[in-house]
Amino acid sequence: MNLTESALGLAVGVAALAALAVAALPGRWRPACAGAGTALAGAAGVAAGVAALTGRPFSLSLPGLLPLSGLEFGADRLSGFFIAVTGAVAVPAGVYATGYLRHSGTSRSACAFLPLFAASMLLVPAAAWAVTLLACWELMALTSLLQVLAEHRRRPEVAEAGRWYAVMTHLGFACILAALMLAGGGSLLAVRHLPAGLAGTVFVLALAGFGSKAGIVPLHAWLPRAHPEAPSHVSALMSAAMVNLGVYGIIRTGFGLLGGGARWWWLLVLALGAVSAVYGILQAAMSSDLKRLLGYSTTENMGLVLVGLGAAGLFAGTGHRVLAGLALTAALLHVAGHAAFKTLLFLSAGAVAQRAGTRDLDALGGLRGGMPATTAAFAWGALAASALPPGTAFVSEWLLLQALIHGLPGGGTAAAVVLPTAVAAVALTAGLSAATFVKAFGTGFLARPRSDGAARAAEAPGSMLAGMALAGAACAVLALVPGAVLPALARAAAMTAGPAVAGLVTLRLSGAAGELSPLLLALAVLAVTLVAAGWLRVLPGRRARRAARLWDCGAGPLTARMEYTATAFAEPLQRVFDDVLAPETGIDVTHLDEARYLVAAVEYRRRVPDRVERRLYQPALAAVRAWGEAGRRLAPGSVHRYLGYGFYAVVALLIVLTVTR
Amino acid sequence: MTRLGIAGGIIQVVVITGGAPLLAGVMRQVRARLEGRAGPGIGQPWRDLRKLLRKEPVTPAGTSELFRIAPLVLLATTVTVAGVAPFVTDTSAVGPAADLFAVAALLAMGTATLALAAIDTGTAFGGMGASREMTIMALAEPTLLVAVFALSVRAGSTSLAAVVTATLRDPARVLSPAGLLAAAALALVTVAETGRLPVDNPATHLELTMVHEAMILEYAGPDLALVELASSMRLAVFLGVLATLFTPWGIATTAAPLALAAGTAAFAAKVGLLGAALAAGEVFMAKLRLFRVPELLAGSFLLALLAVTASYFLAV
Repeated sequence: MNLTESALGLAVGVAALAALAVAALPGRWRPACAGAGTALAGAAGVAAGVAALTGRPFSLSLPGLLPLSGLEFGADRLSGFFIAVTGAVAVPAGVYATGYLRHSGTSRSACAFLPLFAASMLLVPAAAWAVTLLACWELMALTSLLQVLAEHRRRPEVAEAGRWYAVMTHLGFACILAALMLAGGGSLLAVRHLPAGLAGTVFVLALAGFGSKAGIVPLHAWLPRAHPEAPSHVSALMSAAMVNLGVYGIIRTGFGLLGGGARWWWLLVLALGAVSAVYGILQAAMSSDLKRLLGYSTTENMGLVLVGLGAAGLFAGTGHRVLAGLALTAALLHVAGHAAFKTLLFLSAGAVAQRAGTRDLDALGGLRGGMPATTAAFAWGALAASALPPGTAFVSEWLLLQALIHGLPGGGTAAAVVLPTAVAAVALTAGLSAATFVKAFGTGFLARPRSDGAARAAEAPGSMLAGMALAGAACAVLALVPGAVLPALARAAAMTAGPAVAGLVTLRLSGAAGELSPLLLALAVLAVTLVAAGWLRVLPGRRARRAARLWDCGAGPLTARMEYTATAFAEPLQRVFDDVLAPETGIDVTHLDEARYLVAAVEYRRRVPDRVERRLYQPALAAVRAWGEAGRRLAPGSVHRYLGYGFYAVVALLIVLTVTR
Repeated sequence: MTRLGIAGGIIQVVVITGGAPLLAGVMRQVRARLEGRAGPGIGQPWRDLRKLLRKEPVTPAGTSELFRIAPLVLLATTVTVAGVAPFVTDTSAVGPAADLFAVAALLAMGTATLALAAIDTGTAFGGMGASREMTIMALAEPTLLVAVFALSVRAGSTSLAAVVTATLRDPARVLSPAGLLAAAALALVTVAETGRLPVDNPATHLELTMVHEAMILEYAGPDLALVELASSMRLAVFLGVLATLFTPWGIATTAAPLALAAGTAAFAAKVGLLGAALAAGEVFMAKLRLFRVPELLAGSFLLALLAVTASYFLAV
């Protein structure tokens, strides 16, 4: 029994014990027990993942646990990476939950299933056989569904989000089941050689199933509903850890199980990724619900990861193995970075939602006064998410852009068309994400409070802040010294090529020219800031600071209602992307009865519905409903007619038998 | 880190910090003369800065530390770029920081910080300026990065120094279709990112049209001096990047004092000429409506995309 195996076993054992303890203990102890169980299971998961990532694979067969097939576990470096990321998300989420659950009045079952949810996510990448994967996948879906529904008594929207999630996750499950059955089941760690047509079908089905879990457009519809409605530590687990398993599934089937594949597979992945990235961040830019914004940003980031996967597949297919390794490494680094900053952002957004009583950015503002630590946490997360230096996403997007750029020479005409478009999509995503997070942080935390709840919000308790601090530290490591983790990631990506990046402080691409030192950049900016600040202090004739009124155009003090809201901030972008977003606006002008020329009231409405949902899902749902209505006409409640159905069915069966036998 | 690079870095920081207000002065003077005015002389921006630095610092009611740190961050990002980019010498002081993507991202970081400070004031002007600035920045980003892509194709790297060296070795590439298209695209991005006509009018305080000025409306005294200095340095840095990418001639390739002096003079001349040309062009232009700016940026994006395509198809 090696380290990987025992640590993973420990994680599952701790989670199961914690779940039992929560079920047995009185209400006072439940939050601490559930949170600690999740955090410990996560820590054990990190140990298991790091062990597998650094070259201690394991395999374990438990034939008795599941009838007919048994359970088969095993982990290589790639599995190890995803186990480690999942565990690393579970630790801060668990620590945070000890404080969050105390103030939210979550039910016994929701608390009990929290550690089990974390453990089931750790098991998915460790599944070595198709049936084991499906069992763990379903366990993860069910435990996460229970977590989404945790607050359904207080908010009616939760039930609807849960329904969307339940349906979408099971459709995804059906796709994965079909894909793995067509591939012949059995071990996931061995390459299968299938005929081209069948392999293509398997890949597309797997892409649909795993892609829906990763929130890829157009299968994302559940994500911006379910992730915001869950309690915030669950949002973090889902948005930072669970979506990654969709990526894991695509890598495992595409590169592992099917061993590469045709060029159109990866062009499809790249196109889906680019569309998801741009569409996700556009919707995030429009959203004024803080957690919904973060949910859409998850779609965006998974899109960027898919761009990396698609590029890796393309390069591997044309024999550029080093570049393929670089693209896949960039994608994996983005997975890790996204896990870190999305955990941080959801945890701090959850603290805001709990303390200010609202997630609506148009009603928030001024939180920096009452919640300084949470504000700092969100600011650090927003910087990490917006691809600006010294942020986490900046490094991974830089690597991704390097991979895309170096693929042009010798890539053929397809590359000459696809790669510039992909670079443009990544660039637009980066620009829009900067605008989105300036909006989220600026209107949510700075300026003046726009509601009483925001004005009265007090700082979150220590346990919640500790969770944020852990996630923030992970962001800092990935942003400043990514060289500490990159070699391990590059080896995890080795199913396509050898290590593509080297160096601790300065990242150097191997096989292509390019170097970047995020740490030096950050230090340079910091040093100049300090020098400039010091210079201002020693300036001759320096006088004391004086407070002054804001410029109010001479019209008296400004009120909070005169501030720019998040909706107003996003309005120029809404106008620019009018054709894509198709916003719905309406103006009602009511006139005075006495005179038509005098206006009594003006009402302005504006909604930006998810256009994919509006154009794709609603017609489908309407069609299903219409078929259901039509079906009801067959069953009017008359016994004669039911007897008739039976009679005609038997006759038809007999005729068929006579003809065929 | 070579001796040449470090010497260049120090010279660049000094020249750009000292010369950027003069560049602004030259541009205003060119504009004034073309409009038939006498103009205040090219030293006026420096006199303004001196006046502002002597005033008492003012904190608008209800603003936080971020509001006071933002000018410093804006200045720091600009100075960092001024220090690491190969303007005067053909090697960078800090090679791993002189990547074109990193430079673009650093400058964007400064913009985003100033936008946050504008929102922090809680006034309608601040929010409006921030919203417009971030919109323009987001839309300029694709042009910028795709143009960088086009430039990096033949150099095989996105390092500024590598692109400059490759251009020095093969000067004809500047006049290739890819080079010309990329230059046009980057020039439009420069206009948008530095808030010049026709995207933003630096001389207006009309609320309908302000972008950059709306963001910094609440700044006064030394804080405003920092913002003004950083803004003019940003313009100098953007023009410097354009100059060094497309006309790197005269750049110092050895650390001899004469070569360094020639490099400095060439850099100052190039940036001064570009600035004067920009100012002369502005005289004949009106500001675009805000919602026509995306069309301009879409046009520049098309140029950048064509540049990449040309660099691939016309290179073989």
